[in-house]
Amino acid sequence: MMPLEHRSSPHSTTSNKTDRMMLLVLIALLPALCVRTFCFGWGTPITLLWCSLIALGSEAVLLALRRRAPLFYLRDKSALVTAWLLALSLPPDLPWWCSLIGTSFAMVFGKHIYGGLGQNPFNPAMLGYVLLLISFPLPMSSWSPADGTGHPWLTFSDSLQLIFLGKPIDGWTMATPLDLLRNNNTLTMPELWSTHRQLSGLVGPGWLPVNLACLAGGLWLLKKKVIQWQAPVGMLAGLAIMSLIFWNGSGSASRGSPLFHWFSGGTMLCAFFIVTDPVSGTSTRRGQLLFGLGAGLLTYTIRAFGGYPDALAFATLLMNMSAPAMDYWIRPRTLGHGPHLKERR
Amino acid sequence: MIQAPPHPLSGGIELATHKALSTRTPIATPPLPDTFVIPLNPQAGAPAEPQVQAGDRVLKGQQLARPRGPRGAPVHAPTSGTVRGPVVRPVPHWSHQQAPCLLLEPDGLDRWCARPAVTDYRRLDKDALMDVIREAGVVGLGGAGFPTDIKLAATRGDPAPLVIINGAECEPYITADDMLMRERAEHLVAGFAVLRHLLQPEKIMVAVEDDKPQALAAMEAACAGQTDVQIFSLPARYPSGDAGILIRTLTGREVPSGTRAAELGIFCCNTGTLAALHQAVILGRPLISRITTLSGQALARPGNVEALIGTPVEHLLHFAGLRESDMHCLIQGGPLMGHSLHSAEVPLLKTTNCLIAGTRAEFPDPDPTQACIRCGLCADVCPVNLLPQQLYWHARAMNHSQLQAHNLSDCIECGACAWVCPSTIALVQYYRAAKDAIQQQQAKSAKAAQARQRFEQRQLRLQAAEEEKKARRRLAARLRQQAQPPQTAPQQATAPASLPDEQRELKIQLSRTRVQLKKATRTLENLSQDSPDAARIRQQVQSLQQDMDQLQARQTPASVQPSGSPP
Repeated sequence: MMPLEHRSSPHSTTSNKTDRMMLLVLIALLPALCVRTFCFGWGTPITLLWCSLIALGSEAVLLALRRRAPLFYLRDKSALVTAWLLALSLPPDLPWWCSLIGTSFAMVFGKHIYGGLGQNPFNPAMLGYVLLLISFPLPMSSWSPADGTGHPWLTFSDSLQLIFLGKPIDGWTMATPLDLLRNNNTLTMPELWSTHRQLSGLVGPGWLPVNLACLAGGLWLLKKKVIQWQAPVGMLAGLAIMSLIFWNGSGSASRGSPLFHWFSGGTMLCAFFIVTDPVSGTSTRRGQLLFGLGAGLLTYTIRAFGGYPDALAFATLLMNMSAPAMDYWIRPRTLGHGPHLKERR
Repeated sequence: MIQAPPHPLSGGIELATHKALSTRTPIATPPLPDTFVIPLNPQAGAPAEPQVQAGDRVLKGQQLARPRGPRGAPVHAPTSGTVRGPVVRPVPHWSHQQAPCLLLEPDGLDRWCARPAVTDYRRLDKDALMDVIREAGVVGLGGAGFPTDIKLAATRGDPAPLVIINGAECEPYITADDMLMRERAEHLVAGFAVLRHLLQPEKIMVAVEDDKPQALAAMEAACAGQTDVQIFSLPARYPSGDAGILIRTLTGREVPSGTRAAELGIFCCNTGTLAALHQAVILGRPLISRITTLSGQALARPGNVEALIGTPVEHLLHFAGLRESDMHCLIQGGPLMGHSLHSAEVPLLKTTNCLIAGTRAEFPDPDPTQACIRCGLCADVCPVNLLPQQLYWHARAMNHSQLQAHNLSDCIECGACAWVCPSTIALVQYYRAAKDAIQQQQAKSAKAAQARQRFEQRQLRLQAAEEEKKARRRLAARLRQQAQPPQTAPQQATAPASLPDEQRELKIQLSRTRVQLKKATRTLENLSQDSPDAARIRQQVQSLQQDMDQLQARQTPASVQPSGSPP
């Protein structure tokens, strides 16, 4: 008889593996990538590829430095997820060195310095984004205009030159809708909408489709049970509550309607892909609801009253900081425990 | 009559059940093996004390060994034959443990011993009936092997207890209880009558998972007209059959942490145990056989067998058509909570509900462990609402106080968390190790505390004795002082008391003088005659000699007195 296999129970496990979950996240980001390319030009896929290369390369180097088998750990695709999330948050035609610094900072200081996947207290992509936003505010606020704003469409080679050669093209940047709204003090909403080509309809060209694509990808992840509903619902609710409180109709002091906030900037990307990051979030479902709610409140606060037009990264990092405390305080009641039961220790 | 459970199961997982493998054929009876291996301590605790010797011929059902501890159960002969041993043999245990076993070579006649017939158990009082159950060796067949009579005796209902019959066989592959209910529902219903007599329960609840429609139908038919019996059809979701979880699903009540269901007035036993109880009381048959599922892809004819306790597992697997070259692992119990066996030579125990001879394709090697990404799926499926992932961190850090704060001891080790973990972390293994470590540490600190207590108590005792001695002395002194004034001759009164002191003083002086004299004499011998010191020392010797004579003269009358006159 053959020697029998000896193992601790359970003897079977699910087929849902970590690398599969990461792959599903990447797939769910594809619609957003396509729509963003369609609306904002070739800069997005170029930056995405560039970030992916840097992320995979730096992950491999760091794994080797940490004496881990690079091929085994690269297979979990978490480096790619970080790279894609960062690339989809950055302005499309960001200079190559910015994405290089952001991505490698995310990998080194966002992830591996804490011990790699699963150990990082902050969302690596958001950490990289914040570093760039604070260090290089000018390129980070230079957004290529979306298709439909009347600007000349940047060709593939335009984007390549912008990113890798830094060759400026006249008038290729435009303020984002969030920028316009934050800096507006005098115009009523209809006036603001009519004087700027970036604003039309609910948000403005480009932003609504990108957010809808993120929403679609997120809903698919929910269906696939890769993410849970609590964090996204919390985040969108937090944003809606705050914008309802401070919404001043169409007056010049208006900070935008809940729908405007939901579908502008990176809201949907953040709600379904960033605050749902399990590693840097809280581990209980009730905690995730609170985490999302906090992220939504903070996002609106910084958007409306802070120094940055889009505040998702700051809000996420602030909530990341409070996640351990939430994990400590929010615990489910174990079966057989409770004030109504006479336990025996 | 069949109802849905009133309370939902929180957490849990849906599994591929593989139950159809072993439900196609009726319960079979395998032939007798060449040798039975009967462990003397099938459960934890001291081995039972053999009552037979090697070479003895025994009859089927005869008691072979008596339990030594309160938690043990007697061991009976599964058939008639000749006893050999005791010898040390491998037994089904996760750590490849060996234990003392009796061997029994069957004579093939399968002759029963004289069975004390219980003509009518209703005439027996409760204690006598408990004795019958204990002597028959009835233990919980669901897994723990806890003596049923102890559980019955501990069940106190206020006003009446509740009986829950657990037919929710939620682990994949296992169909022993399913087949028992399908084929022998009337035995179980006869068992209800015994339980009614013993416990006077307010209700009997039967729980069966809804993927066993035939068992449900059989139970419903057998229970027809019994108004105190309720049959519940549970959703097939693992681990709905855990006793604590089943009690919550059926009654909404929770067994407080650290206590037993019996304390809530709930007697919960599985169907197999009830069948054994029925056999023990109504047929007078000790527990020498059980229904066991033989399953797995390495068997050509999987199915259920009524197997005699002590039958080597190998014999049963060959009966079910084992393809040895295909067998990759052998699991006792289910794939979620069972443990793998090192060898097929081990015997079948009273608690062996299933044996799975699995192929490599069926139980592939687990994927390599990846980092925990805190996805929280483990907490979603935990049926007792623990935070498995926090427990994992704290177990890795050996942070015992945090583990206890996160209620590690409430973990039922169902394995749902480890099953669902996308990073293939062997969570349950960490919890078992941590539980062991905590238990060891607690035992160690309990021992240390006991030692400290012992030391402190000894110190107190010594101190108290010293105090008492002093007090006695003080009392004696006071008594002496009180006794003094009426004495007519104070000198005479003090004399006996002062005499020993004076005598001691004399003695000391005497020995000191003697030493000095000796020393001086020796110095004198060493000195030359014309030395200037010689004369001085000679004089000294002479004076010392005189002193000594005087002292001796004084001492002699004193030393006689204490022994001569009573105090």
